[in-house]
Amino acid sequence: MKKRFDLIDLDCANCAAKMEEAIKKLEGVEEATVSFMAQKLTIEADEEKFDKIMKQVVKAIKKVEPDCEVVL
Amino acid sequence: MNKKQKRTLRNIIISIILMVIISIIFKVIEGPLEELPGYAVRLIKTAAYLVPYLIVGLKVLKKAGRNILNGRVFDENFLMTLATIGAFALGEYTEAAAVMIFYQIGELFENIAVNKSRTAITSLVKLRPDYANIEKDGELEKVDPEEVKVDDVIVVLAGEKIPLDGVIIEGESFVNTSALTGESVPRRVTEGEEILSGCINEQGRLRIKVTKEFGESTVAKILDMVENASTRKSRQESFITRFAKFYTPFVVFAAVIVAFLPPLILGQSFTMWIGRALIFLVISCPCALVISVPLSFFGGIGAASNHGILVKGSNYLEAIAKADTIVFDKTGTLTKGVFAVNEIVTDDEISEDELLSLAAYAESYSNHPIGISIKEEFEKRGGVIDNEKIKNSNEIAGKGIELTLIGGNIVYVGNKKLLSDMGVKPVEKKPNSYGTVVYVAKKEKCLGFITISDTVKEDAKAAIERLKSQGITNAVMLTGDRKETADAVSGELGIDTVYSELLPADKLTKLEAIMKEEKDKDKEAKVIFVGDGINDAPSLIRADVGVAMGALGQDAAIEAADIVLMDDNPKKIATVNTIGKKTLRIVLENIVFALGVKLIAMVLGVLGIAGMWFAVFADVGVSVIAILNSMRMLRFRE
Repeated sequence: MKKRFDLIDLDCANCAAKMEEAIKKLEGVEEATVSFMAQKLTIEADEEKFDKIMKQVVKAIKKVEPDCEVVL
Repeated sequence: MNKKQKRTLRNIIISIILMVIISIIFKVIEGPLEELPGYAVRLIKTAAYLVPYLIVGLKVLKKAGRNILNGRVFDENFLMTLATIGAFALGEYTEAAAVMIFYQIGELFENIAVNKSRTAITSLVKLRPDYANIEKDGELEKVDPEEVKVDDVIVVLAGEKIPLDGVIIEGESFVNTSALTGESVPRRVTEGEEILSGCINEQGRLRIKVTKEFGESTVAKILDMVENASTRKSRQESFITRFAKFYTPFVVFAAVIVAFLPPLILGQSFTMWIGRALIFLVISCPCALVISVPLSFFGGIGAASNHGILVKGSNYLEAIAKADTIVFDKTGTLTKGVFAVNEIVTDDEISEDELLSLAAYAESYSNHPIGISIKEEFEKRGGVIDNEKIKNSNEIAGKGIELTLIGGNIVYVGNKKLLSDMGVKPVEKKPNSYGTVVYVAKKEKCLGFITISDTVKEDAKAAIERLKSQGITNAVMLTGDRKETADAVSGELGIDTVYSELLPADKLTKLEAIMKEEKDKDKEAKVIFVGDGINDAPSLIRADVGVAMGALGQDAAIEAADIVLMDDNPKKIATVNTIGKKTLRIVLENIVFALGVKLIAMVLGVLGIAGMWFAVFADVGVSVIAILNSMRMLRFRE
C-alpha cells in the first residue's frame, strides 16, 4: 500500500535524506521517499502491518529531528 | 515569516544587542579587570559572552547533543558546537558568540528562502478548490469537493474556481485556464461544453453537472503529480546526498590531523593548530550543496509549471536537457490532426467554387473527416447546402459517393478507384500539394479535384529550429501517412529522418530501434519522444523522456508521460529544454562555486591566513549565495 503524509517542521535537507534512509531500513517498508521540498513522506509498505510500521516510522523521524511532526 | 522564524529573528536581535552592550562594558572596565588574576577574567568573560551565545545557540547545542546520543555524530550542528566551544576554550569569546549568531542568521535566511520557493511552487496548489457550491432548497451550500458525487449539480459563481470536472448545463462564461495551461487568454464556454476543474470562472454563473469525482478530476491529478515530482531525484541530487555522507567524517578526520600532526612533528603549540582545525571545520560544512542542489531542481520544476508544463521529476528535467535525439509522432504533435482543404484544381470549364459546391453536396451527409473539411471550406466561402436539390446520395465504401441531383444529374466524388470503376479518366493536371486527393466527376467527365491535408502547426517549424540550436542533433518523425505526405511535411519542418507508412504498433518498434542505435553510440544518450497521448502511451513510457502534448483532460497521457504539456504548442518542448539546461547550469555553478570557495578557504585556514570570521563567510555566505543563485530559476520567464 502506498500512502503519503505531510511533514511539519522538517527543517533541513540533510535530515530528510537521513530520515529516508532510516525509514527504508525498517522492516516491511518497500519504498520510501522524504521530500524536503514538498515536506512530504511517501511510503510503500506492507498493508497488514501498516499501522505498526507507521509507529516505527514516526519514531525514526523523531530520532533525526525531534521537532518534526508527521500528520497521520 | 512563520512563528518559528520570527522567534529565531528575535533571538538573533537580542543577542546582537547584548553582544554590543557586553563589549562596551568590558571596554569601560578594562582597567579594573587587569587587577584581577587571569583565570578570573577568563571566567567572567566566558560567563558574559555565554549569555548571547546561548540565546541563539542553545538549539544548536541541544541538537548536536541529541544526535550524538542517537549515534549520529557528524553533522553541521556538531561542527558548529565543536568550533564555538573550542573558540571559547582558546579565549576568543567575541568570535565564538559571533560565529554562532552568524550561523543562525544564515540558517534563518536559508529557511526563509526555501519556504519562499516552496510557496512559489505550491502556488500551483492554489489550484486546489476549497469548496463546491451545491444548491439546496434554492440556497447555495458550500461543501467539500470530495463529498460531491458524479451527476450532482454544482454552481460556480464569477471569480470562483471550477472544483470538479463536468459539463455545463446552464450559463455561459469566459474561463481562465492559465493555472492549468499557462495560457493567459480566457476561453469562452457555453452550455453543453465540457469544463475542467482548476479553471477560474471569470464572469457569470455556471451550473455544472459533475462527471468525475474529485480524486479523478483534472485538478486532483495535476496536484498529485506536482506533489510527487520531488520523489524522483536527479543524479546530482543523489550524488550530493551520498557525497555528504562520506564528506563529513572525512573532514572531521582531516581536522584531527590538522590539530595534532603539525604540533607533534613541528613542535608548534597545540593551541594554534587546534584553533586552525576549528576554522577548518566551520568552513567545511556541506550545507550550501545539500540545500542548493535540490532547490535548483525544485525551482526548475516550478518554472516549468508556470509555463503550463508539468515535469514529473528532477531526473526528467536532467534527461531532457541532455538529450540529443527527439522523436515526434506526426499527427496531433507537429500537425493539428485536423483536415483542411489545401487546393482546388478544375479543368477550367467550371469555377473553383462550383467544383467545391458539387463536392460539398455529395458529402452533405458524410461525417468522415475529409467530408467534413470539404463542407467546412464550402461554408467558409459563404456556401449553403440546400437539401431540396438532392435527390439521392449513395456512399460507395472505400471509394467515394454517388450523388443524384434533382433533374437527374449524377455526380461522382471520390478517389481514383471510383473514377476507374466508372470509366472516367482523371484530369491531366497534377496536384501541387501533398495530401488526399478527392476527384469530382459529372456525366463521365472529370471536372477537377480537391486536395485535403492535415495542417502543420504554426509553431512547429520554429520549435524544431530552436531545439536544434539548443543542441538537438537528430529530429525524427514517425507517421502512418503515405511517404509523399510524410516527406513533404518533414521537408517543410526541417526534420532529419522520417519513417512513414507505419502501423501504430510499428512506432514503438521504431522508437526502440532508434534508442538502441543512440545508446550503442553513447551509453548516456537520451531520447525524447513527443506524442499527443492518443495510441502512443507505450512509446511515452518507453522513451527516456516521454512528452505528452495537449494532454489537458487526457488521463492516459498524463499517466504515461514524464513531462506533460498542458496545451499543444510544440514551442513548449524548446521551453522545457531551456529550463532543464538552465537548471543544470545553476546546479553546476553552485557545486563548483561552493566547493571551490571552501577548498581555498580550508587551505587558507590551515595556513593560518583565514580566521574565524572568514570561516563563517565561507560557510554561511556561500550557502546564501548558492541559494540566491538557485532561486533565479523561479523567476524564469519566456
